[in-house]
Amino acid sequence: MRFVRPETLEEAATLLGQESGVTRIISGGTDVMVQMRSGLVAPDLVVDLKHLTGLRSITPEAGGFRIGAAVSGAQLGEHEGVCALWPGVVEGVQLIGSTQVQGRATMVGNLCNGSPAADAVPGLVAADATVRIMGPNGSRDCPVAEIPAGPGRTTLGKGEFVTSVFLPARPERSGDAYLRFTPRTEMDIAVAAAAVSLTVDAKGVVTAARVALGAVAPTVMLVPEAAAAIIGTTLDDAAQAALAAAASAACNPIDDKRGTIEFRTRVAGVLARRAALIALARAGGQN
Amino acid sequence: MALDNTGQRVFKVVGTRPPRPDGVDKVTGRALYGADMSAPGMLVAHILRSPHAHAEIVSIDTSAAEALQGVKAVVTAADFTPQEDEYLDDILVNCLARDKVLYDGHAVAAVAATSADVAKAALKLIKVEYRKLPHVTDVDAAMRPDAPIVQSGRSLETVPEGMSENVTSHCEFGHGDLEAGFAKADLIIERSFTTAATHQGYIEPHACLATMGADGKGDLWCCTQGQYNVRSICADLLGIEASQLRVTASEIGGGFGGKTTVFIEPVALALSRKSGRPVKIVMSRSEVFLATGPTVSSSTDVKIGMTKDGRITAGQAHLRYSGGAFPCGTVDMGAQAAFAAYDLEAVQTLGWNALTNRPKEAAYRAPGAPQAIYAVESVVDELCQQLGLDPLEVRLKNAARKGTKSSYGPTFDDIGLMATLEAAKAHPHYSAPLGENQGRGLSAGFWFNFGGNTCVTLNVNTDGTVGITEGNPDIGGSRAAISQMAAEELGIPYDKIRTIVADTSSLGHNDVTDGSRVTFSVGLATIKAARDAISKMCSRAAQIWGIDEEAVVWEDGAACPAGPNAGKFPPMTLAEIAAVSFNTGGPIAGHYEFNADGAGVSFGVHLVDVEVDRETGGTKVLRYTVFQDAGKAVHPSYVEGQMQGGAVQGIGWALNEEYIYGEDGRLQNPGFLDYRIPVASDLPKIDTVILEIPNPGHPYGVRGVGETPIVPPLAALSNAVSRAIGKRLHSLPMSPPRILKALSEA
Ligand SMILES: Cc1cc2nc3c(=O)[nH]c(=O)nc-3n(C[C@H](O)[C@H](O)[C@H](O)COP(=O)(O)OP(=O)(O)OC[C@H]3O[C@@H](n4cnc5c(N)ncnc54)[C@H](O)[C@@H]3O)c2cc1C
Repeated sequence: MRFVRPETLEEAATLLGQESGVTRIISGGTDVMVQMRSGLVAPDLVVDLKHLTGLRSITPEAGGFRIGAAVSGAQLGEHEGVCALWPGVVEGVQLIGSTQVQGRATMVGNLCNGSPAADAVPGLVAADATVRIMGPNGSRDCPVAEIPAGPGRTTLGKGEFVTSVFLPARPERSGDAYLRFTPRTEMDIAVAAAAVSLTVDAKGVVTAARVALGAVAPTVMLVPEAAAAIIGTTLDDAAQAALAAAASAACNPIDDKRGTIEFRTRVAGVLARRAALIALARAGGQN
Repeated sequence: MALDNTGQRVFKVVGTRPPRPDGVDKVTGRALYGADMSAPGMLVAHILRSPHAHAEIVSIDTSAAEALQGVKAVVTAADFTPQEDEYLDDILVNCLARDKVLYDGHAVAAVAATSADVAKAALKLIKVEYRKLPHVTDVDAAMRPDAPIVQSGRSLETVPEGMSENVTSHCEFGHGDLEAGFAKADLIIERSFTTAATHQGYIEPHACLATMGADGKGDLWCCTQGQYNVRSICADLLGIEASQLRVTASEIGGGFGGKTTVFIEPVALALSRKSGRPVKIVMSRSEVFLATGPTVSSSTDVKIGMTKDGRITAGQAHLRYSGGAFPCGTVDMGAQAAFAAYDLEAVQTLGWNALTNRPKEAAYRAPGAPQAIYAVESVVDELCQQLGLDPLEVRLKNAARKGTKSSYGPTFDDIGLMATLEAAKAHPHYSAPLGENQGRGLSAGFWFNFGGNTCVTLNVNTDGTVGITEGNPDIGGSRAAISQMAAEELGIPYDKIRTIVADTSSLGHNDVTDGSRVTFSVGLATIKAARDAISKMCSRAAQIWGIDEEAVVWEDGAACPAGPNAGKFPPMTLAEIAAVSFNTGGPIAGHYEFNADGAGVSFGVHLVDVEVDRETGGTKVLRYTVFQDAGKAVHPSYVEGQMQGGAVQGIGWALNEEYIYGEDGRLQNPGFLDYRIPVASDLPKIDTVILEIPNPGHPYGVRGVGETPIVPPLAALSNAVSRAIGKRLHSLPMSPPRILKALSEA
């Protein structure tokens, strides 16, 4: 196994593009190291990115924030601007692991690890965040929702890697929230999860919404039907029920040791409804 | 045995809370655990494990592994002699499979190599040809006549004819006329329950370092609850004499009963003997789950009759336990413990053990009792619900007390169940208001406790300090408690005493640290060894003063003339006597060795409040109080620690922990991510109330406290959930999917 710390993004892209064996990138390493130790993966090339310029900074951009790929959960949680603008995204990231894990774990690693149960991803999808990708052919931007391809897989091409996440500006009276269900309160993996981002008008009517679900399909998924169920409503009881039903209907989970299909499907709807109510409260609305 | 204190004795050291002697080492990382030992030229060994639940081993070819550069030895079952004694042979076959693999993860071969990478690469070169056999992992399925047979010819003669060969033993306990008892009942409830196998979940995986030279002498360092037990098993399995093998117990990162046997130690010794080099084995967490002892899994039917005013008229339980792929006697303890908390005229318990393709059961705190008492206490609670009776009053009405003929035979002496129930009744927890979706559960629990073979040496050093050598690994703070009892008896300060755990060559035999026996038995031996040293010190003082030995007494850490007639001499302290000991006859030491009896049974009562989220099935534990009779609490913090720890492990067992098997008979969750023990944020503070009903069998009244606390939580949680949601679950764990399903079936 070779371990390389490239000097530039271009060098990293070249290294990764030319490697014929198994590659892994280290942002925080909290997935990679554990997978290597347990024998799940034996990479030929490990590329460490976290020291590269800009990869650990959070910069205001167009009313939103550009967040370097190696920014840890702890660093993100201490950033007042991001916390105020996208509290739901931050709470998803901060659910990852423990205090120790937070010191290292990143949103980008969480996304690129490709777990359907990744805690940072539903919030990013609901936020309509994009990632900036560097590769052998230069740089491109892509919506977060289009990155996951299946358990452990992404749509990133050969030699491509993520350099930053962009969280956009948002209108007034907007809010977001993320909830997951785990049998334990900590150190657990989501059995079902939901993120909701929404905007209300002065009368408290939802004018825009995005609903994303985790751990109930091969990838984190955006559920437009669930969003449609609440747009134009004040999230009254009927809208809440419609939201939960639409979220449950979209589920395509597996039956395994962590939860039954029936359980995941029902709970995803419950979480979507509860997350929507929190998002609404954060947007300053009332149901 | 006469109780010295009969309630009057004023203790100076016993009952206080000095800092634990091993605390600094443990928090600074200086403490040496099983994996911390290394030796020059040491090899590292890894173990090849079965990927099948049940298969015949057609052949094993280790030649390619042996030929790999860096591999120094490979062993399989063929390197060991089968044992005539079935108990020993089962341990051996569990360490390395002989003709069949009996469960997923069963060890098949082991390789010692110059590095872990080489050892792991060598495992891949071992060719094992398997012929897969049908498997069974469920205890009820295993008892059906057409079940796949895990092992043939293992049934004891107690097993009734016509049952599956998997049924290895049968037991029966009880007394009185059941039919007449049930006839007197106003309400009879009969229910069936299951509990999943759970693991002890100790944080430290098994680890050992073995050396065995060409001269046949061996040394073994390992994390164990009993180095003498390891020595006798390993000496037998390797065909050497006990005197030639010295076993040293490391510090131990939890055991809870699971480290009372061997898994890797004989393998490491065999590899060392074959290679001529020290060999270290450290299990991974998944190996710990796959191949070390979980509890039994159980299936139990309980039938209880009660009068309208809450008197139990008869109780009956049928218990079916599986201790995995080997015969297991744990069901006997379940059958004895099931109704122990009750004073009954008619009671009967029947038990069966069945073989399944699961790892060999190992003890886990109060083995067999939590499962049985869960079933009984659930039915008692349901009777209370249906008859509209207060569950605490009903327990008080039926509680076993001094003079009760217990459901398993003996008549109880002084026991603390009534006092414990009264304390629970009087506690503010019992009457605190509950909110919506909240429920309060109550359960009593019981454990026998044990004494056993024990041996202690107490050395009086010339500088006036004292060294105690005892032979039981310290799992719950026993070194502190032992030092406290010695300080109490000798009349010197606690910090003048250091207690160490000896290796097998330094002290006579000591039974394993189990059965909640150490503070009781080793404590008792320590008190006696101190008294032995005291009599020697009195004799030295008598010699110095030129008076009769009988005219000297020991008071406040000093020898004194017994009265005015004995002569007028100023007291001689322990330090003063020790300082001149070389001139008065040589070193001074006290000894005591015995097979301790009179451990004294222990009862506990747990109260728990839960809140259930009806939309997700999640259960939150809101409040928890443990009431337990500890006899005399020598170090109350450790007693509380045992009570809290047992409650926490029981909460995990009740709510989330379980061995989950797939259709293929393989374990689905051999890791802490999917085998969910509670984390700190899952728990409220566990409140404790210690009752001190002296055990007549110990001079200070000490009873074992370590096992009883894991017994009540299963039923307490189940009763609380049942009251919170208005539906009773009959299977553990009550994981969120199970609760949500029960709610949706309403
Ligand atoms: C104790 C513990 C608890 C955990 N709890 C949770 C939890 O509650 N919820 C949860 O979702 N996860 C959890 N995790 C998993 C893990 O911490 C998260 O997925 C984390 O966000 C991964 O981020 P990282 O930066 O450490 O990733 P890394 O380990 O650095 O990388 C993860 C993957 O992403 C790839 N990658 C990394 N950086 C890039 C990049 N810039 N471009 C392209 N690919 C990249 C790597 O090749 C690798 O495949 C836990 C892990 C541990 C050890």
